[in-house]
Amino acid sequence: MTSRYEVVIGLEVHVQLTTATKIFCGCATSFGSQPNSQTCPVCLGLPGALPVLNRKVVEYGIKTGLATNCSIAPRSIFARKNYFYPDLPKGYQISQFELPICEHGRLDIEIDGKTKSIGITRIHMEEDAGKLLHDSNDSSRVDLNRACTPLLEVVSEPDMRSSDEAIAYLKKLHQIVVYLGVCDGNLEEGSFRCDANVSIRPWGQKEFGTRAELKNINSFRFIKQAIEYEIERQADILNEGGTVIQETRLFDTASGTSRSMRGKEQAHDYRYFPDPDLVPLIVSEDWIEQMRRELPELPETKIARFVNELGITRYDAEVLASDRAMAEYYDSLVALNGNAKLCANWVMGELQRALNDTGVAIVDCPVSSPMLAALLKRIDDNTLSNKIAKTVFDAMWQSGKEADVIIEEQGLKQVTDTSAIEAAIDEVMAANPDQVVEYRGGKDKLMGFFVGQVMRATKGKANPQALNELLKKKLAGE
Amino acid sequence: MALTDLTIHELQTLLKNRETSSRELTRAFLTHIADTDPHIGAYITTCEAAALKNADAADARLTEGNADALTGIPLALKDIFITEGVRTTCASQILSNFVPPYDGTAVSKLKAQGAVLLGKLNMDEFAMGSSNENSAFGSVKNPWNRDCVPGGSSGGSAACVASRQAVATLGTDTGGSIRQPASHCGVVGLKPTYGRVSRYGVIAYASSLDQVGPLTRDVEDCAIMLGAVAGYDPADSTSINLPVPDYQASLKQGVKGLRIGLPKEYFIKGLDADIQQAIDSAIATLRDLGAETVEVSLPHTEYAVACYYLIATAEASSNLARYDGIRFGQRVDQGRGLIDMYMQSRAAGFGPEVKRRIMLGTYALSSGYYDAYYLKAQKVRTLIRQDFLDAFNQVDVILTPVAPTPAFRIAEKTADPLQMYLSDIFTIPVNLAGTCGMSVPCGFSRDGLPIGMQLIGRPFGEETILKAAYAHEQATDWHRRSAPR
Repeated sequence: MTSRYEVVIGLEVHVQLTTATKIFCGCATSFGSQPNSQTCPVCLGLPGALPVLNRKVVEYGIKTGLATNCSIAPRSIFARKNYFYPDLPKGYQISQFELPICEHGRLDIEIDGKTKSIGITRIHMEEDAGKLLHDSNDSSRVDLNRACTPLLEVVSEPDMRSSDEAIAYLKKLHQIVVYLGVCDGNLEEGSFRCDANVSIRPWGQKEFGTRAELKNINSFRFIKQAIEYEIERQADILNEGGTVIQETRLFDTASGTSRSMRGKEQAHDYRYFPDPDLVPLIVSEDWIEQMRRELPELPETKIARFVNELGITRYDAEVLASDRAMAEYYDSLVALNGNAKLCANWVMGELQRALNDTGVAIVDCPVSSPMLAALLKRIDDNTLSNKIAKTVFDAMWQSGKEADVIIEEQGLKQVTDTSAIEAAIDEVMAANPDQVVEYRGGKDKLMGFFVGQVMRATKGKANPQALNELLKKKLAGE
Repeated sequence: MALTDLTIHELQTLLKNRETSSRELTRAFLTHIADTDPHIGAYITTCEAAALKNADAADARLTEGNADALTGIPLALKDIFITEGVRTTCASQILSNFVPPYDGTAVSKLKAQGAVLLGKLNMDEFAMGSSNENSAFGSVKNPWNRDCVPGGSSGGSAACVASRQAVATLGTDTGGSIRQPASHCGVVGLKPTYGRVSRYGVIAYASSLDQVGPLTRDVEDCAIMLGAVAGYDPADSTSINLPVPDYQASLKQGVKGLRIGLPKEYFIKGLDADIQQAIDSAIATLRDLGAETVEVSLPHTEYAVACYYLIATAEASSNLARYDGIRFGQRVDQGRGLIDMYMQSRAAGFGPEVKRRIMLGTYALSSGYYDAYYLKAQKVRTLIRQDFLDAFNQVDVILTPVAPTPAFRIAEKTADPLQMYLSDIFTIPVNLAGTCGMSVPCGFSRDGLPIGMQLIGRPFGEETILKAAYAHEQATDWHRRSAPR
């Protein structure tokens, strides 16, 4: 039983930045190119080459720090982390150690309807390593395109007490870095990677238990699985009277289990020391303020504004704000239409469905917000019923044409002329005398049947409100 | 006088007036190298074909009349400078097959001026040594006495100039590696202020101490060479964005009223008598020229060697991690896995002194020892720098010996690394302080070996030490003596 223990989780997230060039040289950072085609003497670690810090990386670091309530260090230092591995061309990774760029932040997460604050110990900048490609014939090749790609490492306090809290924190952090535009958020390509430190302790015990570090897991689902597996594993050990050992473990997504990668004894002594090739990084108050001004409206602020100023529900606001591009689409739609609720329903309903069905990103959406606003206007002015509007929307999606063009072409204008609707009702009643008798005998449920029949007769164009009123009257024999 | 005996400033006139050509000059040097170097061992690699091609290009520029200071001048480089298409070994077995795909900044600047690069010069492996005996390509002989070392680590660069196998050379100086061999070989050698010359494309030994500088026949050539390579480089974050003065123009200002400090900690009992005498005579000359001398104190001098061997080795242990046999250089793979490949490649590729320093530095940075060694050494370094800054409140230049003895005999100190390390006792503090210093010929020992004095300047005070060196040189003729052919 795991419930005998309190779970303690701290997370280290590697956020790959979307700068056009690498952190210490001018090579491109794009993914998927020919191996070693995006390299130069600096990122190859050739003798004599020297690193020069990419200013954009610092700006992204500052923005991420500000968005996670960190204090930004006026002076920070790059350090060398020394270890040998074939994907690490210099034999050391340039990172930050004693003086990182950001410290003492926090992120608030919602868990079971309550807000919980998760501390952020530090955020530091560093370079990524390259990749090893293992051939079938027992040899390995080195691709250094990724070497020297900029990363932020975001280290949390051990403040999370369940896998759900860990996932809520990760999703929140993910949302922020994507909102900031500093990370593409692509978990599969490794743009957002997570190491989890997991330990358990009997309830009430002050000291932390011995932790295991779970390495490099690249989906929210697998992180949750890996943490839960680890909690079970440690609980089993303790329940059998054993002791958990400090180690690094690798989670195998196929089996859903993990295996030990190295123990404490094999832990590296990284021999960190300040990198003499890079001068201390000085960040002025002005620079920080400039970055603060460039921050976009962050999800929390956006949600509050949607609720307080636009009057939509908190649930709708959260859904809309979950993605920056969707929120921006919604904002521009409301600016054109004004009916915040109707706009929210359409963005979260028809638009989201179409995006999901086609796999199109909202920024590439064929129905722009002015086009959708023009369609919603035809609902407001009773030209279209909500239902027909959906048909028009689909046609707009397919053809890229404006709503009015489609309405005109397909003759979809709503029928509000009462005599035409009355005629249709008469026809339907004449064709279904038994149902009329049953209805009048008290079977109210048949109302829906008549509405459907009349709608079909008017090809769906009857104004639903007018239809309802007239039908009720006629069926009542008035 | 042979063409090979002339200085840069003398050759500039001959070339400009087309009394000689760069091709003729280059041929003269290549012939002289072929005759002389078998006895000296200054070159690891010579570049005959490329040199002649560059000479022709330089002659075209000279004819067009758009020559720079170094157009057509045959130079040579310590084999620590990365040169595109020319093997760059750092005198190490591990880089014996390494042909770089790029030029470093100093090399690019020389090439842009139209200098002719004759080849790459011997040195202590990875610039670690004071005698040039730690080379995978054999030791270098001192041109004044071939039984003696030329000093190190830029031993090839100093011996090359002294034996007239290039007009001037570039070396690097981490703890005295330009000044000590310059002193031992009777040439002028200058270590600029840290950040004055770009380190981009210079193989790193100890990054916070390494600095590029010239070794030349006389002070004026030194000023010309420094002017050619100095300056801010966006590719080196530690280079400093300050304008480069015209070093040549200010040479003749004299030393009247110049205040010269003599640090008492450098004039200790047991200093070689010949050195003491040569330095005394240089002081007298400078006084005669109108300089004032005062005693100053650099109280933390005694800690400099220990401090240096912690910081330099710590940085080296990290800088040399890239020589792992994976991507370039020599690989020894016996099919027993990655770790074995690392160990075999590095065991076979590095010489004993390099291994010693990697181990020292690894130890100094290790968990549990970092504070006691590396961090403590950094604090001492700050104190040493402060010593110099304090002294420079009183004086304009500090004058000291370069080395405690003249050139010693080959193999004399190889068995005792600590004794070897003390060869740099007077030069190391300047690197730790990050300021500039130069070695200027000031006499000879009874055995006929050259002796240099060290002039140390304020940070970015190269003009002042060059001016003092020039005044001294004009009043003496030590630099006119030539090593026996």
